Amino acid sequence: MEFVPSDEQDLGAIWKRRFVWASVAISLAFVVLVARLWQLQILEGETFERLSDKNRIRLLRIPFIRGLIFDRNGQILADNRPFFNLMAVPVEITDPGAMIQRLGQGVQMDVQAVSASLREAKRRAPFRPVMLKEGLKWEEVAWVETNRLDLPGTWVEVEPRRSYPYGKTGAHLLGYVGEITEDLLRNWRGRGYRVGDRIGKCGVERSLEPYLRGRDGGLQVEVDAQGRQLAILQEVAFEPGADIVLTLDMSLQQEAEEALGDRAGAIVAGDPRTGEILALVSRPSFDPNQFSEGITPEAWRALMEDPHRPLTNRALTGQYPPGSTFKIITAVAGLEEGVITKDTALLCTGHYTLGNRDYRCWKEEGHGFMRLREAIVQSCDVYFYQVGQMVGVDRLAKYSKGFGLGQPTGFDSDQEKPGLVPTSGWKKKRFGEPWHQGETLSLAIGQGFNLVTPLQQFVVISAVANGGFIVVPQVVKRIQGVDGRVLARFEPQYQGKAPASAATLKLLREALRGVVHDPRGTGQRARVQGVDVAGKTGTAQVVRMPEKVKGKHSALPHELQDHAWFVCFAPVEEPRIAVSVIVEHAGHGGSEAAPVAQRVLQAFFRRADQREQDGNLKEAAGIQGGVGHSGHHLGSGRDRDT
Amino acid sequence: MEWGIAGITLGLGGIGILSLYSAAAQGIPASTPPIYVKQAIFLVAGTALAALVAAVDYRRWLEYAWILLGAAGVLLVGVLVLGKVTSGSQRWISVGPVSFQPSELCKLVMILALARFFQMHPSPRGHYGIREILFPLVLIVSFALLIVAEPDLGTAILLVAISVSMLLLAGLRLGSFLKLSLLALVALPIVWHGLADYQRNRIRIFLDPQQDPLGAGYHITQSKIAVGSGGLLGKGFLQGTQSQLRFLPEHHTDFAFSVWAEEWGFVGALVLVLLFFALLVYGLRVAYRAGDSSGRLLALGVVAFFFWPVVINIGMTVGLVPVVGVALPFISYGGSSLITSLMAVGLLVNVHMRRFMF
Repeated sequence: MEFVPSDEQDLGAIWKRRFVWASVAISLAFVVLVARLWQLQILEGETFERLSDKNRIRLLRIPFIRGLIFDRNGQILADNRPFFNLMAVPVEITDPGAMIQRLGQGVQMDVQAVSASLREAKRRAPFRPVMLKEGLKWEEVAWVETNRLDLPGTWVEVEPRRSYPYGKTGAHLLGYVGEITEDLLRNWRGRGYRVGDRIGKCGVERSLEPYLRGRDGGLQVEVDAQGRQLAILQEVAFEPGADIVLTLDMSLQQEAEEALGDRAGAIVAGDPRTGEILALVSRPSFDPNQFSEGITPEAWRALMEDPHRPLTNRALTGQYPPGSTFKIITAVAGLEEGVITKDTALLCTGHYTLGNRDYRCWKEEGHGFMRLREAIVQSCDVYFYQVGQMVGVDRLAKYSKGFGLGQPTGFDSDQEKPGLVPTSGWKKKRFGEPWHQGETLSLAIGQGFNLVTPLQQFVVISAVANGGFIVVPQVVKRIQGVDGRVLARFEPQYQGKAPASAATLKLLREALRGVVHDPRGTGQRARVQGVDVAGKTGTAQVVRMPEKVKGKHSALPHELQDHAWFVCFAPVEEPRIAVSVIVEHAGHGGSEAAPVAQRVLQAFFRRADQREQDGNLKEAAGIQGGVGHSGHHLGSGRDRDT
Repeated sequence: MEWGIAGITLGLGGIGILSLYSAAAQGIPASTPPIYVKQAIFLVAGTALAALVAAVDYRRWLEYAWILLGAAGVLLVGVLVLGKVTSGSQRWISVGPVSFQPSELCKLVMILALARFFQMHPSPRGHYGIREILFPLVLIVSFALLIVAEPDLGTAILLVAISVSMLLLAGLRLGSFLKLSLLALVALPIVWHGLADYQRNRIRIFLDPQQDPLGAGYHITQSKIAVGSGGLLGKGFLQGTQSQLRFLPEHHTDFAFSVWAEEWGFVGALVLVLLFFALLVYGLRVAYRAGDSSGRLLALGVVAFFFWPVVINIGMTVGLVPVVGVALPFISYGGSSLITSLMAVGLLVNVHMRRFMF
């Protein structure tokens, strides 16, 4: 080839060098391509020809293992167990009708429907494995395995599915796993979800889905015409999901569930200093295992239509009037706004008249002159009517919000309900009516428009216990990979401080101790041997009793009976546990909810004692063994425990 | 006008239609008219456009380079806005029944723009540092980002590869090039951060097709089996075990080479590869003999325009390069790609025809 440089001064040595480089690069690339073609087509051609003609390549899924969930003591709360699915590759089945007929002899299925869908699959995506039946029984698995030579193109896939060893216990908190919906599949496009994938539907399973989920692996297997595996061509291992360690104490949870028994209600127990949840109960409950196995439409309908709504997590979404437990906030508002001091005495005659209406105290004959401490201990309504009236609705609202009411606690923003903190402006907007003074009275004793969730109540009582910090309840301690490496650790979080001075809170704690320990206290049934307990009872009316008709609530039908509240913490001096209990339609807080809280406290302190003893034993052993630093021993013992 | 380049182009176009005929023999993808007929129509239309490109002096085209680039930018942004609305990847602009991919055209216009830039900024010693080429760098990066956002990472990679090849050939210092590469490495995470979630996911899938782990490199294995089983002489026209390729969803686009290599064997594959090689050699020769340095750079840009997709695409089908959504010029189905390729050839012919004109 003759090159005629036409632009002499431009085409110097520099350009020539560039052309050489370009030519060399291009030639090199093409030599590599041709060499590779030679390798594939000439040297390995026969191998590939065999692969393309005589045998088939099957794509097998290796399902990932979902992360485990542990409680704080290492108890497994969510596990996986094998689940057997009957799979088929459509293209390998020459006569779908006959094959399904044959399978029908040993595997229970709708022969008509399955053959139709197999035919359809064969037309649309012949190489993609399809599931003929999920959840084979043992004898079906055995039958398929014995007859496998007559069933080419089919096999049994082992898939790990969720199992919850504790069944209904803690079900709301853990949640359950079920098939992804079409809507989510659309919204989560690009996140690698496929039809039929199983995802966390509520609770921890849902909120930590990104961690719990792993990644499927895959196998390319060469099989012969009989479906026998000849070689593995390519394997990608699955990635297991991360494990979750909760702050939950399952033994306390069990105790709490039993304490509530068959009654509907909720319990939240946790550490008031950190917001760590130790037990979170909502009753009635459901068995999350039935979702793992693929819930039948009938079972699903039964759950959905159950009037007691077992799927609802009452601890987070149940919104109830707080009843007398709200007097805690009314008291703080009164003290902080200066409308009362601890020594202000107000008269209770058994009723209080405002305008032309009479507002009764629960004690018909009246309490006489009351100061704050006594008013709390005996839960005097009339005292708090007067405090509420002096404070006014909007200042009460300010303190309610200051304690975290009227908004989700931040525990699980997807599920939580905010409750309600009414203000005069709210009423104007909602009903177009001005606020009435009388409504402030009801509000002040927790019987007005105000609504709270059991979880919010836990936050309120924790704030009283811990010196005013509004905790964000947390249930996840840490997330760790299967190798034990910690991926995320959750530190305590706070949403600011309650608008209450240290003196106010101290006064309140003393009064709340009186509720449980004074002879006239309303919460005496929460007493625990050897522990100072502080608490507040509440009885939330479901219906307002007609005037002058004396409250014989037990005569009312069940669904109109009052809700029983009890919120508490212990020990009073150094609080380590706070509990909020509601028992729906049970009656008085003092008689119905306080004993439930008592059982939770007893269980907690029994375990704490045990731990301390264990610690002391270890400590003693450590000293005997000549190892110093006994203080560290206690610490390490606790660490292992958590 | 030389007969050589016409023969090469016709050969490539013909192979493309033959291979599409075979790929579509099973009726997948279903389309009326069948895709090989559509491709033939694109071939004719593209040839006409190529003639138009060749007819106007390339120096005139160079004068219009900035306007053309601006127009391409507007189209890209337009596509991006439309794409947002449909919440998916949107690379197409439709005018009535005709729809095309501005990102394809973009590559060609960028070649013009770069040639124009160096024409306007000649360097007495033939070398450039980073500071002197800041403007084209900004252009390249912004266009690449627009295309990434579509998201069409394959085309964006090509745009960058072609542009960088041109910068190097125009005289970018090697040291400056290394500095820029380093800078790009640092900048990538920042760009990644700025992308929307769905865009990131798409890129994730693009970078790691095994994110569909059920596939476990299935496409590559299947493609290698198809190519390898072709042997020396191939299985014959329409005799390819289509069963092996039918579930490659892109067997008529990204994996078109596999179809060809399976049916025509090593000999057929070699013919195709040599045709591409001939095209590149022709391009180099045009560049070597060009009438001025802007024509030379233009021709070299076209060489890069063909070199990168050919190497990446064939490399992918034989398992040398990770799966990347890059079409094989002339062979993969797709009007925008085919027509742009023909226009690029037109540009080569243009430079060649005017090598003696000053």
